[in-house]
Amino acid sequence: MIQLENLVKIYLMGKSELTVLRGVTLTIGRGEMVAIMGPSGSGKTTLLNLIGCLDKPTSGKYILDGNEVSRLSRGELAKVRSQKIGFVFQSFNLLPRLSALANVELGLRYTGTRDRNGAKEALERVGLAQRANHRPTELSGGEQQRVAIARALVKNPPLILADEPTGNLDSRTSVEIMNILTSLHVEQKITLVMVTHELDIAKFCQRVIRLRDGEIVADEKL
Amino acid sequence: MRKFIDPVVTAWMGIATHKLRSVLTILGIVIGVAAVITLMSIGRGAQAQIVSRIESLGSNLIVVRPGATVGFGGVRGGQGSAVTLTYEDAQAIASSVDYIATVAPSYSASQQLVAGRQNTNAQVIGVTLDYEKAYNLQTTGGTFISDYDYQSAAQVAVLGSNVASTLFAGTDPIGQQIRMGHSIVYVIGVLKSKGEGFGSTDSAILIPLTAMQTMIAQPHTSRGEQIVSSVAVTMTDKSQSSLIVSEITSLLRTRHQLSPTADNDFNISSMEELIATISSTLQSMTLLLGAIAAISLLVGGIGVMNIMLVSVLERTREIGIRMALGAQERDIWTQFLLESASLTLTGGIIGVGVGWIAATLVARSGSLPTVVSADIVTLAVSVSVGIGVFFGFYPAWNASRLNPIEALRAE
Repeated sequence: MIQLENLVKIYLMGKSELTVLRGVTLTIGRGEMVAIMGPSGSGKTTLLNLIGCLDKPTSGKYILDGNEVSRLSRGELAKVRSQKIGFVFQSFNLLPRLSALANVELGLRYTGTRDRNGAKEALERVGLAQRANHRPTELSGGEQQRVAIARALVKNPPLILADEPTGNLDSRTSVEIMNILTSLHVEQKITLVMVTHELDIAKFCQRVIRLRDGEIVADEKL
Repeated sequence: MRKFIDPVVTAWMGIATHKLRSVLTILGIVIGVAAVITLMSIGRGAQAQIVSRIESLGSNLIVVRPGATVGFGGVRGGQGSAVTLTYEDAQAIASSVDYIATVAPSYSASQQLVAGRQNTNAQVIGVTLDYEKAYNLQTTGGTFISDYDYQSAAQVAVLGSNVASTLFAGTDPIGQQIRMGHSIVYVIGVLKSKGEGFGSTDSAILIPLTAMQTMIAQPHTSRGEQIVSSVAVTMTDKSQSSLIVSEITSLLRTRHQLSPTADNDFNISSMEELIATISSTLQSMTLLLGAIAAISLLVGGIGVMNIMLVSVLERTREIGIRMALGAQERDIWTQFLLESASLTLTGGIIGVGVGWIAATLVARSGSLPTVVSADIVTLAVSVSVGIGVFFGFYPAWNASRLNPIEALRAE
């Protein structure tokens, strides 16, 4: 599913260069559920952004689902995101003016599909069908994250990326969210890559990759 | 269908998020568009009114006046100040120029008029019978000067409407007498009002030219010809006006014995020419009014740009989310462009309504007729949408060029 070869990312901070990733080589198979861990500044979010086609590597090769995407233009990357990748963020990132259902529909807006019926199903899938018309401000943190998950999965992407999906939630809600993500992975064979710094959360995954200073220091199966 | 509806819905949701702000922004456009519509329609109305007044004098009219005198040191006197045009010139025009319906020479002088206890200063015009036809005159009471009056140099007068109401307020002027210097004239008719303006007879009184000679010393040229102050000529065929003008010119040059290099000592103006000149002047005045009003539209447009820049800044994170969901640059900029165009289109439509009401009120108040024409409305609405697109373009383009990662990090 994901093949990274010697991926390097250097940010220009004014005149100085900041090397965030120093040659990451990694393969993640279809249907795997992987946690990326590491201290802050280790480059785990940058790595996730590169995998999510939100950014381009400075050098190296990235093959997603059989296609090299590391040299694509902004527009082509947007197309890849719309078709293949669902995002779940730490701060949910729902649009506050829209209802839960409309937020989920937004996940279909840029995919080119005309049919919006999937949105209801996706909300049911995360157990929020009865809250469809509530706005994010009327929902609890856990519920908001479930809406965000529904938005990510509504287009049936082969890949879901989650950046600290439980970072803003209490431990009980975190477990609920992880159960939903795990069931998606199990039932729909979705490839799931998540960044976390909580070991409890990482334990839901079958594989943990540890980063330090922009390099992989450990890659272990649980 | 959703492909078209979705972006429009999104645009309106953006507008609805900050209602007061959007209303104020729209207000800027409303004021601009309303100002353009009102001022342009006042300009158009004034134009239509003036042109129709001139046309009521007869658009097949050509007026010959004496030229300007050239005085000491080459200082030109006012037009008509030279005493060169004569009654005999008029007769010559009538007999030798083609396509002519009537020729009406007249001589005018300013006189103090007294009737009972009222008095006024008016232009006394000595006229021939053809004057009535040449200037399209109609009487509201009494009759015009008759052939008998003319032949017998009767001391009769036809009053302009203003003179009649000044001297004989509330009473019937017909049959009354007016003292004019040492003479007395009897009122036989009152003219229908032509409105203020060029060539209006409202503030004049007409007497037979023959009577004028007996009452007011009318000068003669050295050759003994009788001086007139203007000769009105009407044409049987308007399309021949340039031929007629050139024939009159060469006839008068010969009669006045001008050398080939000398300037004309008379001046010929045709009504058609006058109408064309005045309409084009008024047209530019209307455009000028519109341009001044358009400045407020421009200010409104800058307001739109300002608001859109703020809106993009505020919604940076939303833009990031949309990009993460796979929105193309095109999706982002159409969203913001639609938003600003919707703002200005709304402002444009409301502005047309407000402008139309304002123009109607101006017309109702009776000070000026106003004409709200479709072309101005179309122009104002399309310009307002154009302003939305133009001033929305930079903010929208800015939004679409955001880096998704940085946009997602924004607060």
